[in-house]
Amino acid sequence: MATGEMTGAEIVLKALADQGIEHVFGYPGGAVLPIYDEIFQQEKVKHILVRHEQGATHAAEGYARSTGKCGVVLVTSGPGATNAVTGLTDALMDSIPMVCLTGQVPTHLIGSDAFQECDTVGITRPCTKHNYLVKDVNDLARILHEAFYVATHGRPGPVVVDIPKDVQFATGKYVGPKNIEHKTYRPKVKPDQEAIRRAVELIATAKRPILYTGGGVINSGLTASKLLREFVAMTNIPITSTLMGLGAYPASGKNWLGMLGMHGMYEANMAMHDCDVMICVGARFDDRITGRLNAFSPGSKKIHIDIDPSSINKTVRVDIPVVGDVAHALDDMIRVWKAKSLALDKKALEAWWKEIDGWRARDCLRYRKNADVIMPQYAIERLYALTRGKDVYITTEVGQHQMWAAQFFRFDEPNRWMTSGGLGTMGYGLPAAVGVQQAHPKSLVIDIAGDASVLMTMQEMSTAVQYRLPIKIFIINNQYMGMVRQWQQLLHGNRLSESYTDSLPDFVKLAEAYGCVGIRAEKPAELDGKIKEMMATPHPVLFDCRVAALANCFPMIPSGKAHNEMLMGEDVPDAEVGSAIDAKGKMLV
Amino acid sequence: MNAHLASTGSAYFLETSKPAVETHTLSVIVDNEPGVLARVIGLFSGRGYNIDSLTVSETQHEKHVSRITIVTTGTPAVITQIIHQLDRMVPVHSVADLTVNGNALTRELAMVKVAGSGEKRVEALRLADAFRARVIDAGTQSFVFEITGKPDKVDQFISLMVPLGLVEVARTGVAGIARGAEGMRV
Repeated sequence: MATGEMTGAEIVLKALADQGIEHVFGYPGGAVLPIYDEIFQQEKVKHILVRHEQGATHAAEGYARSTGKCGVVLVTSGPGATNAVTGLTDALMDSIPMVCLTGQVPTHLIGSDAFQECDTVGITRPCTKHNYLVKDVNDLARILHEAFYVATHGRPGPVVVDIPKDVQFATGKYVGPKNIEHKTYRPKVKPDQEAIRRAVELIATAKRPILYTGGGVINSGLTASKLLREFVAMTNIPITSTLMGLGAYPASGKNWLGMLGMHGMYEANMAMHDCDVMICVGARFDDRITGRLNAFSPGSKKIHIDIDPSSINKTVRVDIPVVGDVAHALDDMIRVWKAKSLALDKKALEAWWKEIDGWRARDCLRYRKNADVIMPQYAIERLYALTRGKDVYITTEVGQHQMWAAQFFRFDEPNRWMTSGGLGTMGYGLPAAVGVQQAHPKSLVIDIAGDASVLMTMQEMSTAVQYRLPIKIFIINNQYMGMVRQWQQLLHGNRLSESYTDSLPDFVKLAEAYGCVGIRAEKPAELDGKIKEMMATPHPVLFDCRVAALANCFPMIPSGKAHNEMLMGEDVPDAEVGSAIDAKGKMLV
Repeated sequence: MNAHLASTGSAYFLETSKPAVETHTLSVIVDNEPGVLARVIGLFSGRGYNIDSLTVSETQHEKHVSRITIVTTGTPAVITQIIHQLDRMVPVHSVADLTVNGNALTRELAMVKVAGSGEKRVEALRLADAFRARVIDAGTQSFVFEITGKPDKVDQFISLMVPLGLVEVARTGVAGIARGAEGMRV
């Protein structure tokens, strides 16, 4: 070995250490053994062994989203890489910074259908922000640093680096992360000042303004959340957020309208529909948000702040696009607003707030309480109430429980809420909780789960036990794929095709089998005590919360309807659930 | 405000009666690295955009830079999306819409094989001359013509050759460049 040269595997570990990476989630296999051999011989980077590669990707997502750092995954070739695809896609949809290192068969075997070979860069091309196949060990260090740069700059996303086994063995030069950027990739961070000026002037003329914020505020960092709060305090504009943006503005703040969209708050959706100026900050007019596009906020002028120019005018035409980082844009807007000593029409704003208070009075989250069975909404309300004063992080799976969690658990800080928004990946929450707990060992990390979702990645309980990560899996168990059933009831004539799970495992016994703690709650009266017991347990817990089986999630914008045509819980008694959406609406799903 | 659309009952341009589609020629400067063309094509197929013509070749060897010319059809909103989606790809240096940027030059080369004899053979040769197509292979029974020009000129030449014994055609697809002193950002 020439002086200063290292093996590819050594370069990988050195690059990770130089990038400040402390934790890697992974699973070994033939094509990454040289890297695992290096992991064995060093102490800077800690490896967390998952039970399935999908678990590694979600754990890295949870880790990244709860810290603002880049998540790192290490998997082998072939099935290792293909198993990671779901998590990569999830990270792409939700803009989560992640670097995924995949092993590959030796260079001379690529294309020969070798054992555990797959076209990793081909398969992951559409589900990553960018990907690389490293063919020369002398490119390895540069590519690794470049991968971290691309994953974390601009709109964050997953980057795959595919490293053939012979490249891991070969020796070559290492270069440090200093001055390594991508040679052409330069996302625009600072917004155009003319656009800022026009946006601020438009806001100042508003009589019924609304802020519609999203995950971009969280991705932009803590400063963005701080500036958002300052902007709201300064202008007194009502604010709503997407699922991904919860916590950027505190749910306890006086301007908070709650989440918007398909299962959002009535007042948030009505305000979106009737506003005259909409300020979209780091959100992307997703179809779960807009409802029927041609009836989406028909009377408003729209400002859209986004770091990704391709998000602008993608589905909804906006009047003033502001391309740049949210924190920079908000900072500029606050500065210009103050410099011009602008103020909103106080009387108009008061009238607007009065109108909003009228919508609030509908109390859209109201549900029928029950003394005999635990209502799922009640379970989350109690979980929220009993965790006050604790340092708590929430992850979720996907489905009814996810929407109830978004409605009933209130977030006052960013990075506290980890959920699969864009891709809607059932099975996200448990491994994500593993990642969150690894990043915050002393905090209370709870996965609000559904009984169907949680089984998709249940094997990661074993990871939690191995690394003594005391995650709490709070299963809202109704024995149904609740959201699937809800749609079948609303849209498919109440024919519950394959949405009931027979033979669910006994979650308490399952917990014991994994070597952790199982708790079951069946009656509302015992719920508080059991939740306290869960929180007091210093081990991972599977909490089987048996809830009313047929409860549905409302309010809801049925497909094909507009923001002001929400379906409320009280409108849909169980007997009429099949006729609540007309035939035209059913076609549109 | 969307008041101008009130009569249609629709809030957005995207949802109104189908807006006319336009054909645009885009020039894309990319890193000449493995997979870059697959990335670009994958974007088009994955998002349901059209490719009418696509050419790609390395243009600056030392800088490892290639130039892709894409002719695509879509509504103005879709064309804008295509440009932004291309521009945000990591190995893409810059994207230019030659159609919007004005009177750009577009050329295409075709090789056209025609077989026949007698009067038809003479007529093919005469038309080739009129179109300034060169004969690059000649036999007693056939010609191969090379023709360069705008795509519609090539189209026209090919359609004229059909009754004269057209056998096959190979076309390069469109290459485009803007007029004037300015070049694209590399």
